[in-house]
Amino acid sequence: MISKPKILSDEMVAKIEALAPRYPNRRALTLPALHIVNAELRHVPLEAVVEIAEVLGLAPAEVQDTLTFYQFFHQEKPHGKVRAFVCRSVSCALRGGDHLLEHLCHAHGIQPYGTTPDGELTIEPAECLGACDFAPCILANDDLLENMTPEAAEAELKKPRARAT
Amino acid sequence: MKPFKPVLLEAVGVPDGHTIASYKSRGGYAPLEKVLAEKQPADVVEMVKSSGLRGRGGAGFSTGLKWTFLPKDHPGPIYLCVNADESEPGTFNNRILMEDDPHQVIEGIILSSYATRASTAYIYLRYEYPRSWHRLQGAIDEAYAAGYLGKNIRGSNFSLDIYLHRGAAAYICGEETGLIESLEGKRAWPRIKPPFPAIEGLFRKPTVVNNVETMACVAQIARRGVEWFKSIGVPADPNNPRDPGSYGPKLYCLSGHVEKPGCYEAPLGITARELIDGFGGGVWKGRKAKAVIPGGISMGLMTESELDTPLDFAGPGKVGCLGLGTAAVVVIDDHTSIVDFLHNSCRFFAHESCGQCTPCREGTSWSLRMLERIKAGKGRLKDLDILLEIGQTMGMMPGSTICGLADGAAWPIKNAIKKFRGEFEDYIRRTNPSGWMVTDPVPALQIVGAH
Repeated sequence: MISKPKILSDEMVAKIEALAPRYPNRRALTLPALHIVNAELRHVPLEAVVEIAEVLGLAPAEVQDTLTFYQFFHQEKPHGKVRAFVCRSVSCALRGGDHLLEHLCHAHGIQPYGTTPDGELTIEPAECLGACDFAPCILANDDLLENMTPEAAEAELKKPRARAT
Repeated sequence: MKPFKPVLLEAVGVPDGHTIASYKSRGGYAPLEKVLAEKQPADVVEMVKSSGLRGRGGAGFSTGLKWTFLPKDHPGPIYLCVNADESEPGTFNNRILMEDDPHQVIEGIILSSYATRASTAYIYLRYEYPRSWHRLQGAIDEAYAAGYLGKNIRGSNFSLDIYLHRGAAAYICGEETGLIESLEGKRAWPRIKPPFPAIEGLFRKPTVVNNVETMACVAQIARRGVEWFKSIGVPADPNNPRDPGSYGPKLYCLSGHVEKPGCYEAPLGITARELIDGFGGGVWKGRKAKAVIPGGISMGLMTESELDTPLDFAGPGKVGCLGLGTAAVVVIDDHTSIVDFLHNSCRFFAHESCGQCTPCREGTSWSLRMLERIKAGKGRLKDLDILLEIGQTMGMMPGSTICGLADGAAWPIKNAIKKFRGEFEDYIRRTNPSGWMVTDPVPALQIVGAH
């Protein structure tokens, strides 16, 4: 018998179940489920992994295995309300991407992958964001910030932003 | 350079070009209706096969031929996976197609599903494209409402559902069997082939994996015809029976040190120089190019003197590059250190190696550690030989890995050192005057995290 989840809300479970008819088995719901939980909680704690596994009928280790592979889902604590991916791949690097990342981390007093103490902002290096026509660029939640200078990026990342979908 | 009117990009800059009304006003979905009413799936396979269309995702394999590998009379289900995990550094044409003309992609998916008898198509979309996600979902909803998706489409007995599936920022998911594993909810470790996906793919069923731009080409071939498609590009080399030719328009992504970066449509076979000067406004700041990536970072480097190479499927290989890849052309100017370039490339592949095959996992991380050390002024000439040895021993071509990621990691190393060895040697001698000649083992500077 499946116990009532504590971390996963009824809405999250309903969203996961709504996608179930799309796939011939429930394991394929792993990534969608992780995204659904992460969109709400801004991280996927181990307790949530166990509950996702229970909902999907999998071993927790199967879900955890997938989660850790991607290095995308934070597990220890939530990422910031704004999660900024700063591109460091070749096209952006040629136009100052590394410098941009360094400047932003310094300006906010955090290391790459770190979150500001107020929980507002996380800065992460990203590999190619596929927006090389706007290099250097940043993906902040759902917003693509194009042709960024360090100063412009600093100002942009102070703005409040809609949650990533 | 002959003027060429964009076809795949015709919706770019058109107000509301992403809507179904705009797409239909440009002639969209009429070809699909005609195909469903008049043609059998085998006719569509034959159409695409005879057009000479080669997959636009990087490998350049004949799309029609790939479809014929599916088992005949299979009871189903057969799956179509659309590879929208565009992650090759320098590449962004799929993003533009999905954002600006999603219905062109969807019509191509419906036609391809009809041809392959797939009743479910998954679009595996990389996480970093939220705008594409919304545009595609909006377009899928419109296509359902208009009766182009769902059960018994236009009374044809053909049914199709298209689902969007989102990735989680891993380059390896662009490898077709990595994509399949990821879609199944597992870590995206590529599979040993055979069996190829056409025989045993997604959920162990026959599966075709095609790129987004390939889907757009299928829609245009249905609309404009095989002869139109074959009239563009570079015909097969009559002296090479293994060359299937490079037909059709291609979306070239131009970025890096050019005046006007962007996605430009041109006939296959345009030279890198024509692209940079004709479309890109030349190398930025009036400088000269030192090196140019012909098709995404895994393809390696062309030198300035190699820029007249035609960017068709056969061209870049003739100057020692891996191939045309994604046709993402990245210009590196003569003020840039080739050491910095190679460091960036090695960092990318060390981060994105999936860790399954030891030669790739260790080779990419080792080469990054060596580049870190060289950059920090502790390089030795011997390192260049070790880097070359790593480059020559990891990958599918030497036969040491399951997928081609390691070949892609190796090519920039091999090309950079072979074509710019003098610059590497000068850098090492200059920055490490007391140690450049050392041949004894030296420690790495720092531990690099694995994926």
